[in-house]
Amino acid sequence: MLSIKDLHASIQGKEILRGLSLEVKAGEVHAIMGPNGSGKSTLASVLTGRDLFEVTHGEITFEGQDIGEWAPEDRARAGIFLGFQYPIEIPGVSMTNFMRTALNETRKAQNLEPLSSKEFLQRMREKKELVEIDSKLTNRSVNEGFSGGEKKRNEIFQMAMLEPKLAILDETDSGLDIDALRIVANGVNRLKTPENATIVITHYQRLLDYIIPDFVHVLYEGRIVMSAGKELALELEEKGYDWIKKQVDNPLITL
Amino acid sequence: MEKDQDIILNEVTQSEYKYGFVTDIESDSIPKGLNEEVIRLISEKKNEPEWMLEFRLKAFAHWKTMKNPNWAMLKIPEIDYQDIVYYSAPKQKKQLNSLDEVDPELLDTFNKLGIPLEEQKLLTGVAVDAVMDSVSVKTTFKKNLADLGIIFCSFSEAVQEYPDLVKKYMGTVVPYRDNYFAALNSAVFSDGSFVYIPKGVRCPMELSTYFRINAANTGQFERTLIVADDDSYVSYLEGCTAPMRDENQLHAAIVEIIALENAEVKYSTVQNWYPGDKDGKGGIYNFVTKRGLCKGRNSKISWTQVETGSAITWKYPSCILKGDDSIAEFYSVAVTNNHQQADTGTKMIHLGKNTKSTIVSKGISAGKSNNSYRGLVRVAKNASNARNFSQCDSLLLGDQCGAHTFPYLEVDNSSAIVEHEATTSKIGEDQIFYCNQRGISTEDAIGLIVNGYAKEVINQLPMEFAVEAQKLLQISLEGSVG
Ligand SMILES: Nc1ncnc2c1ncn2[C@@H]1O[C@H](COP(=O)(O)OP(=O)(O)OP(=O)(O)O)[C@@H](O)[C@H]1O
Ligand SMILES: [Mg+2]
Repeated sequence: MLSIKDLHASIQGKEILRGLSLEVKAGEVHAIMGPNGSGKSTLASVLTGRDLFEVTHGEITFEGQDIGEWAPEDRARAGIFLGFQYPIEIPGVSMTNFMRTALNETRKAQNLEPLSSKEFLQRMREKKELVEIDSKLTNRSVNEGFSGGEKKRNEIFQMAMLEPKLAILDETDSGLDIDALRIVANGVNRLKTPENATIVITHYQRLLDYIIPDFVHVLYEGRIVMSAGKELALELEEKGYDWIKKQVDNPLITL
Repeated sequence: MEKDQDIILNEVTQSEYKYGFVTDIESDSIPKGLNEEVIRLISEKKNEPEWMLEFRLKAFAHWKTMKNPNWAMLKIPEIDYQDIVYYSAPKQKKQLNSLDEVDPELLDTFNKLGIPLEEQKLLTGVAVDAVMDSVSVKTTFKKNLADLGIIFCSFSEAVQEYPDLVKKYMGTVVPYRDNYFAALNSAVFSDGSFVYIPKGVRCPMELSTYFRINAANTGQFERTLIVADDDSYVSYLEGCTAPMRDENQLHAAIVEIIALENAEVKYSTVQNWYPGDKDGKGGIYNFVTKRGLCKGRNSKISWTQVETGSAITWKYPSCILKGDDSIAEFYSVAVTNNHQQADTGTKMIHLGKNTKSTIVSKGISAGKSNNSYRGLVRVAKNASNARNFSQCDSLLLGDQCGAHTFPYLEVDNSSAIVEHEATTSKIGEDQIFYCNQRGISTEDAIGLIVNGYAKEVINQLPMEFAVEAQKLLQISLEGSVG
């Protein structure tokens, strides 16, 4: 579904991603872990087409198409969703209006008719239940005055509404209380099908108890320096990143 | 990055003005120029009574002693008042008995503007007075309204048919001495609308006037007078458009509202005069004096304006809260793009006791435009327990535009409670990206964000027009952020 080859990206002349490669197939869950500042959010931004970052080298293909030059909205409409690490507030714009515009624009790109008000509201209701989000929140303006945890839950709600093919969840677990974490993880699991894929960016093994990854990758200094099964997350939790850093920084010393 | 922004900002332009066409219709115009002869000629063409001509001549004599105001944050090029045509009327048969007699070109014009004059088409229940250049073309639903005693007609007709009402109220809220443009209008005004709502009547439909400048080199000087008698209610809407022309055209209007005891008047404007092109060439100079008098006890006047057009806007819809317990409101969204300039706001003059005013002003600036809010709140000595709340927000798109806020306060009574809040914000790249990431294009994202920002004001508009205003906001900002 997604194939990233030797991706280099920089911001203001500073290279952040430095030869990153990753393959994601339909039905898979990938976890990306890595120290602060290693480039995880940058990867999410570059995949979704944020033009703050300049891609200097490499290739991103999504479902067989090179999407490197695509506008962010076209990538979104093709089914790439980003759950933001820091969701943005849009004062005065109601969640309902926002979601409706988003959903209908996406449907238009797929040559589907816009949903009727009735169908749309029905879908809102269903998805609200799925992620156990309060109507009090969805009746408000987009993220305006939401608590940190509420914003995260709202990201999952939007993902549920849009039913993306590829969901990238950037630290969706941080700031969630224990119950919310379970609810959000359940939501993600229930949205999982053999046709879609998920990339979860996280610092904590805890989330991966709920969302079981097929692969765990370690991102460090703009590259994926280690990939393994879910047990890698446990090891990282126990040992931290130092041993990996050492290995990368001094490739001559083998463990 | 910065370069990108420049490129994007230079693209600001492509927001096309939909209403820029010219109607090919014969018109009856007088020669350019302004002097006593011209004023007599206008009055004669309109077959006016002597008192009206006298009013005009007094105003003209006074105007000659005045100077163009220069206190606004506006760069106003020298206007040659001798180079303007002061009267132009689409040629048509004198008396129109039915719509069939209206020139088809003219009907077509208003249809293109989305203003159907055929009554059976008016599903929304809006009565329309259409004014092209200097004269009123057609007023719809007149008969239905007349059954309730409501008068809704062109100003010229009111002068002929209801001279006592006109004489009693005209110039009582905006005297011709008030300011330069008010004096000019009083001398040369050509037409406009007149509304009278009798005692105890709630006007069952929106009353609306559409103003259209068509002829070249012509100024439009209309005058609107609305009188709401005791315990009455009316909601009134005004819309305006003009063709795209390279030269600037002058529009100097007067609106007077009088609300008597327990009466309520809602006045909404969607102003979309041609703003000029991307380089600032052409466009309407919009110098308008609008003022309402809450004359009776417990009366209420609300101004709501959505200002997207004109090259220069100079406009301060104001209220005099004379009656005790009277209420006044001003809700405004003013958008400027490209080289547009707007200096707009309000004056709330509290004279009666327990009076209350609310000001909500939302400025949106893009391109190289300048947008100023100027507002005065005055509480007179005897106006005990006056309250005012003002909120003035500015939203910037890009960094080549300007937003300014000039609040003035004159409080002479210690029991007054006056609050003022102001904010300035920018549409963030992060907000737009967030929308993009959900499949929403940048244009639509700006539309959403701007309409969200202006919601408090848009919500004040009658339903049918709120939708139109939302679209207009988006269109006028097209291409302004990338
Ligand atoms: N807008 C920006 N301007 C300048 N530098 C940036 C910008 N965005 C990111 N960076 C830099 O890029 C590097 C990678 O940041 P990124 O946000 O991708 O890290 P991360 O792996 O997501 O970290 P965290 O675990 O803290 O979320 C950091 O050094 C950061 O300072
Ligand atoms: Mg991050």
